Amino acid sequence: MSARRLAKEQPDSFALSASSKKEIAKWIKKYPKGRQRSALIPALWIVQKQAGGWLPAPALEAVAEHLDMPYIRVYEVATFYTMFNLAPVGEHHIQLCGTTPCWLRGAGDLKKVCESKIGPQTHGGMTVSADGKLSWIEVECLGACANAPMVQISNEDGDDYFEDLTPQTFGALLDDLAAGRKVKPGPQNTRHTSEPITGTKTLNTKGLYNKVKKKKLPNTGKAKVKS
Amino acid sequence: MVELLQDKDRIFTNLYGLQDWKLEAAQRRGAWLGTKEILEQGRDWIIDNMKASGLRGRGGAGFPTGLKWSFMPKEVTNRPHYLVVNADESEPGTCKDREMLRHDPHLLLEGCLVASFAMQAHACYIYVRGEYVQERGRLQAAIDQAYKAGLLGKNACGSGWDFDVYMHHGAGAYICGEETALLESLEGKKGQPRLKPPFPANAGLYGCPTTVNNVESIAVGPTILRRGAAWFKSFGRDNNAGTKVFCISGHVNAPCNVEEALSIPMKTLIEEYAGGVRGGWDNLKCVIPGGSSVPLLPREICDEVLMDFDALSAVKSGLGTAGMIVMDKSTDVVAAIARLSYFYKHESCGQCTPCREGTGWMWRVMERMVSGEAETSEIDMLLDVSKQVEGHTICALGDAAAWPIQGLIRHFRPEIEQRINNYRANKPVFVPPNEIAAE
Repeated sequence: MSARRLAKEQPDSFALSASSKKEIAKWIKKYPKGRQRSALIPALWIVQKQAGGWLPAPALEAVAEHLDMPYIRVYEVATFYTMFNLAPVGEHHIQLCGTTPCWLRGAGDLKKVCESKIGPQTHGGMTVSADGKLSWIEVECLGACANAPMVQISNEDGDDYFEDLTPQTFGALLDDLAAGRKVKPGPQNTRHTSEPITGTKTLNTKGLYNKVKKKKLPNTGKAKVKS
Repeated sequence: MVELLQDKDRIFTNLYGLQDWKLEAAQRRGAWLGTKEILEQGRDWIIDNMKASGLRGRGGAGFPTGLKWSFMPKEVTNRPHYLVVNADESEPGTCKDREMLRHDPHLLLEGCLVASFAMQAHACYIYVRGEYVQERGRLQAAIDQAYKAGLLGKNACGSGWDFDVYMHHGAGAYICGEETALLESLEGKKGQPRLKPPFPANAGLYGCPTTVNNVESIAVGPTILRRGAAWFKSFGRDNNAGTKVFCISGHVNAPCNVEEALSIPMKTLIEEYAGGVRGGWDNLKCVIPGGSSVPLLPREICDEVLMDFDALSAVKSGLGTAGMIVMDKSTDVVAAIARLSYFYKHESCGQCTPCREGTGWMWRVMERMVSGEAETSEIDMLLDVSKQVEGHTICALGDAAAWPIQGLIRHFRPEIEQRINNYRANKPVFVPPNEIAAE
């Protein structure tokens, strides 16, 4: 496990915005009465977005009060889950997958791109560029292994996967982000999603996508199933 | 020559998202077709057919799904029943649930209704991993469509059964893929696994009877019931029935996901679908066959082994999630496993001492083996410690951290020894074979 602590410098206060409260209310409705604490992770995620990509300590207090739970329980969760950033991030926050499937396909070279364009890797922490435009951190498997190597980039527009990267395409991507140009998420080569780059051998039979017709259910009536 | 699965027998016909994911298109492809009739057959019929299909859980452990459903209490008391779908996919090498969430969400939602009905649950939570921000947006949109069409909600599909599905998400913790950690997380706590018993079927979410299933296990349910248990069972060997989505990553020419029948030979799978190993089959060094938690297999075993539960456990590995990580001969396999050790150290929840301390210790020793600075005697010590971590923790993360290292030592011990010798002789510790050939 990793020890994660709140940032040393903290703002004095934080107030939940009306839209954050509205979003959180939608989540609270999903759980049985009295179980509003279940909405904690989604609430922290919403508040992290409101605060510009990280969770200041006063925001944790505001969430604790809003969900009517002790501060320490919120603190525990914020420091346990690695998607909660405990210090300010860049305008575009890059999470670079460094686990073995991505490592095998060149995540190490992508790290070098980050180091040269943003700054050196810090042990267990993130690196923010001098102009505050970009920040990066090495994270564990992001679950897109058939499209390795890949990164997730979070900014005002959302959180997107950028897959099938090379040092060249990744470098260009970082330049585009820093310059404020639009970028296209997904595989950065010719692939659509996780099909083989050489073309799909499957799911292309003629007539496969004709409307499926309803048939009688098997094993019903007298034809009982043997188990 | 092995016969490959035909498209007509594939369940996830939109695996690559080349078709429309929305409700109408999903219905054309067969989702939500006659769901009401399925429910009308009754709970016992659903569970009996699921048992008869031989479906084993697709999340890693391979527990029979129908049997798991039958563990739920027969009568609902004052505690409601819940179905929780585990979409916290984060096992390195695994990227199948993501495709189902974003490309075939309606198959999953229909599965939720059928499974929940069979277990008398009126509510289902789908726990999506935090990083899948786009996927959870897609899933929520699919849920909204299904509600609007009357497929979910009050009197779902006109069956008379009231049923709600809620999308929930995590925030980046591998451990939440463990079912009781997932429940803790869903209750708004740190994801630390619970002691079992009580099992979730007795006391799960909010202390109520709960079943936790993987996305794939739930999503294949309705298709199995529609096409018949015998159809599903006709694929794969006995006790390893059905089709399965395999993920192939690493050193292959065309990494991909593909749905195939279980018990397909590993070599066929890699060569037919993933474009073969980089540099040809002879350039293969090893494969981790089922997500990072299972021991790797050297090439000699990969030549012949079948991709199913029993065949892989017979060679002291496992099918796990069927996320295959392929490594060719240029791979520094010690470093590859050391990176996994770092992963487990990073993801240990810190609750049990053997795991919290052991994963860090094993990672540090692995790092010294990568650089060759270790002592030869430490190889046995590492193996010994890995066995002390294994089986001595609340959940299986301790085992998962130990197995890759045990697999490495079992099959590549000479390579570790050679690095140590090289380091002492002041030679480069690891030189890829193609560079040796070039000299």
